[in-house]
Amino acid sequence: MKAVENILDKIRPNFEKGGKFEKFYPVYDALETFAFVPDHTTHSGAHIRDAIDLKRTMFLVILALVPALLFGIYNTGYQHYLALGEAASFIDMVLFGLWKVLPLIIVSYGVGLGVEFIFCIIKGHAINEGFLVSGMLIPLIMPMDVPLWMVAVATAFAVLIAKEVFGGTGMNILNVALTARVFLFFAYPTKMSGNKVWVNTDGGTTVDGYTGETLLSQAIENGASFANTANVAYGSMADSFMASFLGFIPGSIGETSTLAILVGAGILLWTGVASWRIILMGILGGAAMGLIFNLIGPMYFPDNLYLTVPWWHQLVMGGFMFGIVFMATDPVTAAQTDAGKLWYGFLIGLLAIMIRVVNPAYPEGIMMAILFMNVMAPTIDHYVVETNINKRLKRLKTA
Amino acid sequence: MAKVIKIKKGVDIKLVGPAEKKVSQAQRSSIHALMPDDFTGIVPKMLVKEGAEVMAGTPIFCDKSHPEILFTSPVSGEMVEIKRGPKRVIEEIKILADKETKYESFPAWNGGSRESLIASLLQSGLWVFIQQRPYGIIANPKDQPKNIFVSGFDTAPLAADIPFILQGDKAAFQSGIDALAKLTAGKVYLGIPSGDTFYNDIKNVEKVAFSGPHPSGNVGVQIHHIQPINKGEVVWTVNAIDVALIGKSLKAGQFIAERIVALAGSKVSTPQYYRTLIGASITSIAGTDAAQPNVRAISGNVLTGTQSNPESYLGFYNSTLSIIPEGNHKKFFLTEGWLAPGFSRFSISHAYPSWLLGNKRYDLDTNLNGEKRAFVVTGELERVFPFDIYPMQLLKSIMVNDIDAMEKLGIYEVLPEDFALCEVVCTSKIEIQSVVKKGLEDMRKEFSH
Repeated sequence: MKAVENILDKIRPNFEKGGKFEKFYPVYDALETFAFVPDHTTHSGAHIRDAIDLKRTMFLVILALVPALLFGIYNTGYQHYLALGEAASFIDMVLFGLWKVLPLIIVSYGVGLGVEFIFCIIKGHAINEGFLVSGMLIPLIMPMDVPLWMVAVATAFAVLIAKEVFGGTGMNILNVALTARVFLFFAYPTKMSGNKVWVNTDGGTTVDGYTGETLLSQAIENGASFANTANVAYGSMADSFMASFLGFIPGSIGETSTLAILVGAGILLWTGVASWRIILMGILGGAAMGLIFNLIGPMYFPDNLYLTVPWWHQLVMGGFMFGIVFMATDPVTAAQTDAGKLWYGFLIGLLAIMIRVVNPAYPEGIMMAILFMNVMAPTIDHYVVETNINKRLKRLKTA
Repeated sequence: MAKVIKIKKGVDIKLVGPAEKKVSQAQRSSIHALMPDDFTGIVPKMLVKEGAEVMAGTPIFCDKSHPEILFTSPVSGEMVEIKRGPKRVIEEIKILADKETKYESFPAWNGGSRESLIASLLQSGLWVFIQQRPYGIIANPKDQPKNIFVSGFDTAPLAADIPFILQGDKAAFQSGIDALAKLTAGKVYLGIPSGDTFYNDIKNVEKVAFSGPHPSGNVGVQIHHIQPINKGEVVWTVNAIDVALIGKSLKAGQFIAERIVALAGSKVSTPQYYRTLIGASITSIAGTDAAQPNVRAISGNVLTGTQSNPESYLGFYNSTLSIIPEGNHKKFFLTEGWLAPGFSRFSISHAYPSWLLGNKRYDLDTNLNGEKRAFVVTGELERVFPFDIYPMQLLKSIMVNDIDAMEKLGIYEVLPEDFALCEVVCTSKIEIQSVVKKGLEDMRKEFSH
């Protein structure tokens, strides 16, 4: 440790004012503070401070993402060999998955951190930890076959437009990772939706009856009976609910396994990093909307079969759970008051299922729901805070 | 039994080195000092010159805008030095103490009129112990406070145990309470810990019991839960220990500036209580403990106290002297830093596994444990802030200097000390108490003309 500290101390003058690389001080600072919590002590106010800092918080979020990431890597390989009808070992599947997923992660971090570093160097700001999480989220919400240059463009767009122009970490209005995804979704829809993007079928012919569709598109076409069709398509699992709960279905890399996501949710809630209010109310909101559709669907809209998909099944399909657990809970873009978080979470769940079911142009609604509620979060908070203000004014009048 | 108000939000930070319940006589401090900085919002105007002989109770300086508020000497002796800082601001007024304290006398008060009481308090310098809310400044003698609040216990980490200090001074505490009751047409409220028996025989007050973690002992929290302050209202507060001091001095007709101080913290060799006088030197109480390398002496508790050093003096209102290690070394991220397992790192967030160890005492240093960031994490301040106020929204309104929003969001009800725990737990390491202090100053400027 001492050796590292000495090296850092030795090169430090180069980066300080008047040094050769004074402009690159933020980069040096980022490296140094990564390796060592600085020797800054308290100067005013409380003399002792909690051990938590933003680095620890972000690290815990990444830790929570690991189960979904690992399963995503495996599932990428699994879906590939399943579609081709080839026998493959576990190792083969993981290797194939790594070959597909690792480049996405590298590009996302490389481009995102690059933009962030450049901005901080120009502005002379300290480099914030925010992108460490965004950089992991971006690959996990992409289809595995999305071209790398698109990821690069989307990441650069998201970091620049969603974050830096608003002032950097902590100032953004929209979730950065979702901005990257929504950018691609509208700019290159053929690479972000449809039947061709979820499973890599290169180097072979697909088995009979293979469509490459996600459960969501199956559900659009077949409604409540989609489970039977799906069971045929994903022959390995007899029960499509279990298949999607465990994650053996096509989809964006990190979103398929509800189980892995729930493990991550456990980590986030156990360490207190994510708000249980948002997660709980998000799930309740989704369930409520699903249930409403189940009840009114067959009566009023017999044509829309999607309405008849059981509400509990809605919760494990698509990106719903991933969005609720990892993206709706982003504290910067979520509602900030405790009461506001309840509403914010509930409405995200509600809207996600509503968009998914009612608008056939968007097979998945969670992305739109979260982005919409990102924009509405300050309004929710406004009304929550206004209630508190009115209470105080009322007290004044009665006093 | 009075009703118990349960405070749920907050946290008791258990630190190594609480003071043992034993009182010894501290060394007699040769120099005593008054530090104008201890008194929020005053501008000192000197009344005596360097070299003058003073007695205990002799006015040393007054507040420029309220010349009737006098600050009197805690000891008799020679005024040896007025230490000035940048821009000639008076930092310390040092008095070389006599061996035996001689007292200036003022008309003792034994239950006369409100006017005679106020006159006695002002003349003796005891008035300074009475503070007002909003703003946390010395009370204005012309005001009629709605109520007066006293907190009978302190829940801050390592803080002096108030009932223990008051043990021998119960009669003085009662006469202090009687005097306060004379000052307000409203009530004198005494916040007591739930299950307490010490204050059983104290009369002439409205007792309200509180349970729960720090800051349940903060008078601001107690006011908020008893009768929150509205715009335009003024309430007064006095520290319980100072109530006894007022009671004793009023009876005697002399400013008896005795203090029992808890010396505590992981860097104190024998943490215990010491008997001394207001303004005593840190060394006279802490001996060599404060002079160790890489330690920080704090006049007051570790959340709200003032950074001191062996050459400085006990703060005017403080009954706690804490000594903890400085955190002025780098912490390698894998062993001590943000990626370490961290069983000995304190956090309320469960981000470190130390919370699994339960009731253990922590040896915390003064490291910031991170760098300053923009507000990112939400909901953490609310966990340690037992007010019906939105802390983050209030802080942001102060940061953008929006007077109107500050008022609406409840700034009249808080002081920096009420935000101390928020500052401790803030992930983004924002200097929250300084922000609140600035907000209160801005408000005061806005309305003082």
